[in-house]
Amino acid sequence: MIELLLIGIKVVVVTLIVFALPLPLTYIERKVAGHIQVRLGPYRVGPHGILQPFADMIKLMFKEDIVPAKADPWLFRIAPVIAMVPAFAVFATIPFGEKVTLPIVNYEVNLYISNMDTGILYVLAIAGLSVYGIILGGWASNSKYPLLGGLRSSAQMISYELALSFACIGVVMIVNSLSLLDIVRAQSGWHWNILYQPVGFVIFFIAGLAEINRIPFDLPEDEGTLGAGYHAEYSSMRFAFFMLTEYVAMVSMSILIVLLFLGGWDGPVFLPGILWFLLKVAMLIYIIIWTRFTFPRYRYDQLMSIGWKILLPLSLANILITGLIII
Amino acid sequence: MAEQMFFFVFAILAVGSAIAVVSLRNPVHSVISLMVCFLQMAALFVMLRAPFIAVVQVFVYVGAVLVLFLFVIMMLDISKAGMERFVSGGQLWVIALLGVLVIEMVLIVSRSRLAVITAPAAGRLTGTVREVGEALFTKYILPFEVVSLILLVALLGAIVLGRKELR
Repeated sequence: MIELLLIGIKVVVVTLIVFALPLPLTYIERKVAGHIQVRLGPYRVGPHGILQPFADMIKLMFKEDIVPAKADPWLFRIAPVIAMVPAFAVFATIPFGEKVTLPIVNYEVNLYISNMDTGILYVLAIAGLSVYGIILGGWASNSKYPLLGGLRSSAQMISYELALSFACIGVVMIVNSLSLLDIVRAQSGWHWNILYQPVGFVIFFIAGLAEINRIPFDLPEDEGTLGAGYHAEYSSMRFAFFMLTEYVAMVSMSILIVLLFLGGWDGPVFLPGILWFLLKVAMLIYIIIWTRFTFPRYRYDQLMSIGWKILLPLSLANILITGLIII
Repeated sequence: MAEQMFFFVFAILAVGSAIAVVSLRNPVHSVISLMVCFLQMAALFVMLRAPFIAVVQVFVYVGAVLVLFLFVIMMLDISKAGMERFVSGGQLWVIALLGVLVIEMVLIVSRSRLAVITAPAAGRLTGTVREVGEALFTKYILPFEVVSLILLVALLGAIVLGRKELR
């Protein structure tokens, strides 16, 4: 009984944390953008503009929720929710550290909601579902730019999902398990997979950027040619849900890279494991934000040829070479 | 008890969404219902202690095949496609065929060994990744390779057909 209760508590805590994360992330992203472009970024609300995300949140909540007259009303309303569910469902199997003992009640707690036998496959499968929200949002708007954004994203995500999944196979072959907990444990003591799978890491990182629609692969919402892409017709909270989904996807992709390639919570002993884990994730999030303001966007044909002609053959060769070395 | 309750939730949703797939007029709505149906199937696989099959179901069918369906349907003129009937005046035929199908299924299920699965079978089929992989690459190696060859041929065939259209 207490186990079930504990799972319930963990689900609620993880959901709340993930739900709140986009608030600081939007602030950090705008501040980083500001400093990279030699300006201050948000500065008016609170000291150094630290309350800006709350102001944005209030603004988004009180804006009018517009449904275009020619939109498919049912799908238009449900699309942001369809986008959001997989982004959160991914966290069901993500481990955040080894067992910890709660200080007062002296009860051992696992820092994951469930340790699945098929962990990494589950994460990839669920993350692949996030494309539905984008396609449906684009189609249901019944307007040409969102539709083009939706089409682009579906083609992009299917193409890069292949390279992303193939890059994981090298890690799975070395570790001999699909469970994320086993993958992290196998890397303890500085045997990080990035040392054994450098090619896999690079492929995974690039394909991951494409999968979460970040620059240089943010063609689904290319402002220059598409207005704002798939969410051009959205306003108010439904728009906020799409933004939330993007930030959560960025966090989960960073966590996945840390778990698969950067040793999870492994690090020198002077800091507890969970802190190392958070530090690594924060560093990756910073790198992703950094690339956004330093790289131009690829053209659509370039995007497709990178995915199919470079990343996919490279990831296949990576699997072959890993297999040969293991044998 | 809880398991049975979950089974009924998933089963009712699966059947309901499957009916919606064929009865909804808008093809995009049909694809969404099909997605719901496939997700319920995955849940049922989990309850049958086959988590690997469940994940593959979500990965392949929901994550890839249905996205391609949507991709194609989005290009269609929905208002026109929604009005067309597959077979004109088809109600009588459908009812007759449905009757035949029901009789057939009752016959098949009552005669096959599927109807008498007992508890030990559920314990045997744990469906972990290791077991599935070992079975595929030892006991079922020939069918597995033949299937992959057939898939490759189908892939090449699709490419050849696609290229002919271009000329």
